[in-house]
Amino acid sequence: MNSQTPVTPADQSLLYPSPFKEFWHAFSRNKGAVAGLAFMLLVVFCALFAPWVAPHDPSEQFRDALLTPPSWLEGGRFTFLLGTDEVGRDLLSRLIHGARLSLLIGLSSVVMSLIPGILLGLLAGFFPRLMGPAITRVMDVMLALPSLLLAVAIVAILGPGLINTVIAIAVVSLPSYVRLTRAAVMGELHRDYVTAARLAGASLPRLMFVTVLPNCLAPLIVQATLSFSSAILDAAALGFLGLGVQPPTPEWGTMLASARDYIERAWWVVSLPGLTILLSVLAINLMGDGLRDALDPKLKNAI
Amino acid sequence: MALLDINNLSVRFGDKNAVPVVDGLSLTVERGEVLAIVGESGSGKSVTMMALMGLVDAPGIITADSMQFDGNDMLRLGRRQRRKVVGKDLAMVFQDPMTALNPSYTVGFQIEEVLRAHLGLTGKAARQRALELLRKVEIPAPESRLDAYPHQLSGGMSQRVAIAMAIAGEPKLLIADEPTTALDVTIQAQIMELLLSLQKEQNMTLILITHDLAVVAETARRVCVMYAGQAVELGQVPQLFDEPAHPYSEALLAAIPEHSQGAARLATLPGMVPGRYDRPHGCLLSPRCPYAQANCREQRPALDPKRQSLARCFYPLNQEVA
Repeated sequence: MNSQTPVTPADQSLLYPSPFKEFWHAFSRNKGAVAGLAFMLLVVFCALFAPWVAPHDPSEQFRDALLTPPSWLEGGRFTFLLGTDEVGRDLLSRLIHGARLSLLIGLSSVVMSLIPGILLGLLAGFFPRLMGPAITRVMDVMLALPSLLLAVAIVAILGPGLINTVIAIAVVSLPSYVRLTRAAVMGELHRDYVTAARLAGASLPRLMFVTVLPNCLAPLIVQATLSFSSAILDAAALGFLGLGVQPPTPEWGTMLASARDYIERAWWVVSLPGLTILLSVLAINLMGDGLRDALDPKLKNAI
Repeated sequence: MALLDINNLSVRFGDKNAVPVVDGLSLTVERGEVLAIVGESGSGKSVTMMALMGLVDAPGIITADSMQFDGNDMLRLGRRQRRKVVGKDLAMVFQDPMTALNPSYTVGFQIEEVLRAHLGLTGKAARQRALELLRKVEIPAPESRLDAYPHQLSGGMSQRVAIAMAIAGEPKLLIADEPTTALDVTIQAQIMELLLSLQKEQNMTLILITHDLAVVAETARRVCVMYAGQAVELGQVPQLFDEPAHPYSEALLAAIPEHSQGAARLATLPGMVPGRYDRPHGCLLSPRCPYAQANCREQRPALDPKRQSLARCFYPLNQEVA
């Protein structure tokens, strides 16, 4: 058994691709996911550099150009590439600035539900007798209510506004994180490496956050991406119902709501924000699918 | 003084009157010794070791008259002191190498973690020591393996890494819980050879939990045969294998496939290990024992010295001097 030919470490180390390389190899095989990623990068770019990318100020009203159609249609003006809305604001600029808000809502609501979700899930998984039943029952109750209805109820209590919208969406998406974390933790706890860590003297917090949590992250990352898109949808829905972000802030759902009176005269004021919501949600979902394929070892190399 | 001295250890799950999973087990292990614990699944081999390390969880109740390890009373050891002993002086190698390593971290990180926790080694010194350990367990090209993740290693290689982690704290007692069950035959021999050479080199005590009697015959000096939570026979290796005193030991030995060469069927012991609800009143083996008498079903025999070993039987085999 000592007969292995000596190998120089330099070319041996080439055998092990870094985890990121491995991930990218699996992810890039999924063309839809890469397309989704590209679109999302565009949206993120627009959001980050909105004041420089957008041709006009999103709340500047051009009184001489109410409901101008997009530039390629008859009567369109080149300065308003995607036309203007009912008070003469440039639609493209509003959509670009709206991307900021949508991404902000998506990101902050995901963070606000991911962190407590992971904590509750870990507690429920690690203390299956003390806290598990209590936590899962509360989550079951929350899952029993239709999510939009629950969000509406929360906003109704807290009052409409950006921060309350985020809170409402975060609360609504909390149960899925708790359940996912708990299930993953319970699966991992029986593994020998957890026993080995306890044997080596790992304390409970170390066991929770250093030993077990990293192994539960893959489904959580996927869920976070997917709920990012549903957060954008929910925010748009709340905005459409007049409970979300209030006008004149350029939020996609709110834009949709305020323009719906003009749907017959000027289709673009309704269609374009709707299309933007559709495309970004689709892009994120495609990306999430790709992430799941790349991160889930069970699906790896299955294609 | 013996390194490990367990006296009348019982482990129950549930309440005080539940059927014991480990039933009145007494075991003494000397320094530098190799002890094998054999027995079929569910006979309480692993639970005994978990109890020793204080890793039996909530519904489990441990009772024992005494449990001494290297001068520490393992029953009364506080959390903080236990962490100093367990993991450093007392280490374990697990059955399935694929789950014994944390998939999220590199091999090097995991070994260095043990070194940091128990020997206070950090940075370069820890990495150097981790490399030495990998070399010691005969992993080819150890420099590059330090940065490998567990899924990039084969089963045999993972088990070697797990052994490296276990011996990182230079333990006085290494418990190997079926270390070769999940590996293929050629690797099994290599891993056993490695464990034994490490045991000799470091004068470590080795407790080997296994199903594989061939491995026991080659490696251990003493064997403890367990059945349904009890030690049914405890003896030296050549004697116990040549002339078992307990019918269960005899049946185990007869069940080795090599012993049935030429026969149409493999020798088996009919029946199953008694469970929670059909635990016999008398000797635990009595429903399955071909030699059982009336009083075997009434009374439970004690672990008494017989001619060649300690056995828990009223009518031990092979007593007449040949």
